Amino acid sequence: MILHPGILSLLSGSLLTLLVMLIASGLGIRILLSWDASSSSEGQIILERKTWLVSTLVNYALGFQIFSAFLFIATAEDIHQLFVGAMCATGSLNANLVGWLVLLIKGILLFAAALWVILNRLDQRTEDCPLVRQKYFALLLLTPLVALDGYLQWRYFRGLQPEIITSCCGSLFSADGESVVSELAGMPARQAMLLFFSMTGTHLIVLSACLRFKATILRPLLFMTAVLMLFISLGAIISFISLYIYQMPSHHCPFDMLQSHYGYVGYPIYAALFIATLYGMLPGICQPLRQHESIEKEVDRIERNWLWFSLWATLIFLLISCWQMVFGSFTLLGY
Amino acid sequence: MRRQLKILEYTLSSLIRRKAKNFSLIVVYAFTIATLGSVLFLTHALKEEATGSLTEAPALTVQRISAGRHDLIPTHYTTTIKHLPGVKSVTPRVWGYYYDSLIKANLTLIGSNNPPAELLLLDGNLPENPQECAIGKGVADAFGPAIGDNLVLEDNEQKSNRFKITGIFQAESSLLTNDLVILPETTLRTFFSMDPEMATDLVVEVYNPREIKTLAKKIKYLLPDTRPISRDEILHTYDTLFNWRSGMMLAVAIAALISFCILAWDKATGISATEKQEIGILKALGWETADVLTAKFWEGLVLSLTSFLLGILAAWIHVFVFAAPALVPLLKGWSVLFPKFQLTPAIDFYQLFVLAFLTIGPYLVCTIIPSWKTAVTDPEQIMRG
Repeated sequence: MILHPGILSLLSGSLLTLLVMLIASGLGIRILLSWDASSSSEGQIILERKTWLVSTLVNYALGFQIFSAFLFIATAEDIHQLFVGAMCATGSLNANLVGWLVLLIKGILLFAAALWVILNRLDQRTEDCPLVRQKYFALLLLTPLVALDGYLQWRYFRGLQPEIITSCCGSLFSADGESVVSELAGMPARQAMLLFFSMTGTHLIVLSACLRFKATILRPLLFMTAVLMLFISLGAIISFISLYIYQMPSHHCPFDMLQSHYGYVGYPIYAALFIATLYGMLPGICQPLRQHESIEKEVDRIERNWLWFSLWATLIFLLISCWQMVFGSFTLLGY
Repeated sequence: MRRQLKILEYTLSSLIRRKAKNFSLIVVYAFTIATLGSVLFLTHALKEEATGSLTEAPALTVQRISAGRHDLIPTHYTTTIKHLPGVKSVTPRVWGYYYDSLIKANLTLIGSNNPPAELLLLDGNLPENPQECAIGKGVADAFGPAIGDNLVLEDNEQKSNRFKITGIFQAESSLLTNDLVILPETTLRTFFSMDPEMATDLVVEVYNPREIKTLAKKIKYLLPDTRPISRDEILHTYDTLFNWRSGMMLAVAIAALISFCILAWDKATGISATEKQEIGILKALGWETADVLTAKFWEGLVLSLTSFLLGILAAWIHVFVFAAPALVPLLKGWSVLFPKFQLTPAIDFYQLFVLAFLTIGPYLVCTIIPSWKTAVTDPEQIMRG
């Protein structure tokens, strides 16, 4: 199974990322140990130069991580044909349960990586780089996560046996069952819609308020709405958005929409949701960092961009996911 | 945004200024991508071709196994299978291989009572009389006869048999019919000296495709010496096989990728004195380390994307215009009468994504450390040097 082109490139990509992260962590430890912002010794200048190397290395590595998350989903999608009973990525992930764990870690890494890259950029724009210690400490936490991701990925692909009979999305994402997913799938559409639209609505309102007012309370609030919106939207995709996309009243799979016969519509949906959440979280995360004067200046300068990104991404997410609801011939409500 | 565009503009002009160096890099890079891309494109196209031709294959084929090997199956098994609920029809097939020492190739001989449904692309008609036959394009090309001529084959007892050619399959179906010779079933039985109570295998058509697995189990239970093979199983096998073959080829080609990375590293490290001076001047003019790094990032991306586009274009032409002369013998499988088929140009975004991930990533990583070294150099030091 390892010799599938997609799997080969995922595994070699993981190895490469890990290598880059290890080099960066090695340098990071040296910087952490002897960093002294007030000093102007030659050693400090060399360290300052090395921070550029570390950030470039990590930027590339984490950039790959973002692509690798999408490639992983696409590969799980592609190999489903090899398993009896599988009809989309769900089947491939069910064929070896470690797959779900890989997906979870990739999800966490996706956010952690993006946050690190953005905060690092922010820090490097300042004169005094006040976040050096926190950044490199976070880097030392990220590297084991990248290693774990690579290891689990290897375990997942190693453990895939083509003769396994797996279950398709129809049985996992169905209304009758005991799991959380079944609860979501079985939730009445009207309630789910109400929850989803009120949540995205709240997010948009808080976003607009943040754009208009500088009040400190709004930023953590936006962080909360962004995180809640992420989970509720994922639930809504399983609960009713998928039904509209497939135009089938009982098909709740969140992965089938990544296939070509649905026009790969899942990719822009998930990408927009990711961007909306990420940029929605940023102002809240930067709130405690405002104690550093230089960071505060930078945040003030760039925050509006983040808010606009989040706003546009939320609108695009809503537009794509609700397009069928408004213009499609399929009706879910009214019976 | 404007700033990024300006940096990009500078990068492009600096790339053009060093045409010779970058051109050689792009050529090697594009060649590496074209090699890997050809493997991916070709296997994808072959997989599509195989899947397309198998959609018409029988849902379930039942073979008899004797002493662990495929054996002839008694035709009375048909009755047992026919009585199973859900079975639409059971047809015994007579077919076999024939080695022709003249053209040194294996032909597939099949009885005409049951020519597969997809074999309807015929010039002329299927054989009706005992001494007639229809042949595939590859057989016709190898022997050189036309409709109305005779095909001479030696039977089991080394006696020559003449068959009048009544039809030739057209090239479109040549993946399936290239090495095919269709004879009337009774003639074929005599030709192979096959017992009339025996057949090569049984083809089972089923009403509901979801019942295939259960039916296969039942057949195996009632007739323990048989081996039911479903179409899905064949499809899975093809998929796994082609994935394995292309993965194998990629694993070999990764060596080429690694050597390319070494070259890229070398090129990126060995920057010329003028280039160094250029960066020194930029820094003296107020460019920051971040700007130089961004410029270097754009440089890597521009080089990568240019090579990527050129590479996949070359791979596309190699595979779909010239039918992949460099790879076909390795990937297509074994057979002497290779069908000369034109692959349907099909590009899968997933394949492109895999290819990009496999090639652009390593190149960018290779250039990080050299670009950083360039970016942090002291302007004063460079100017003096």
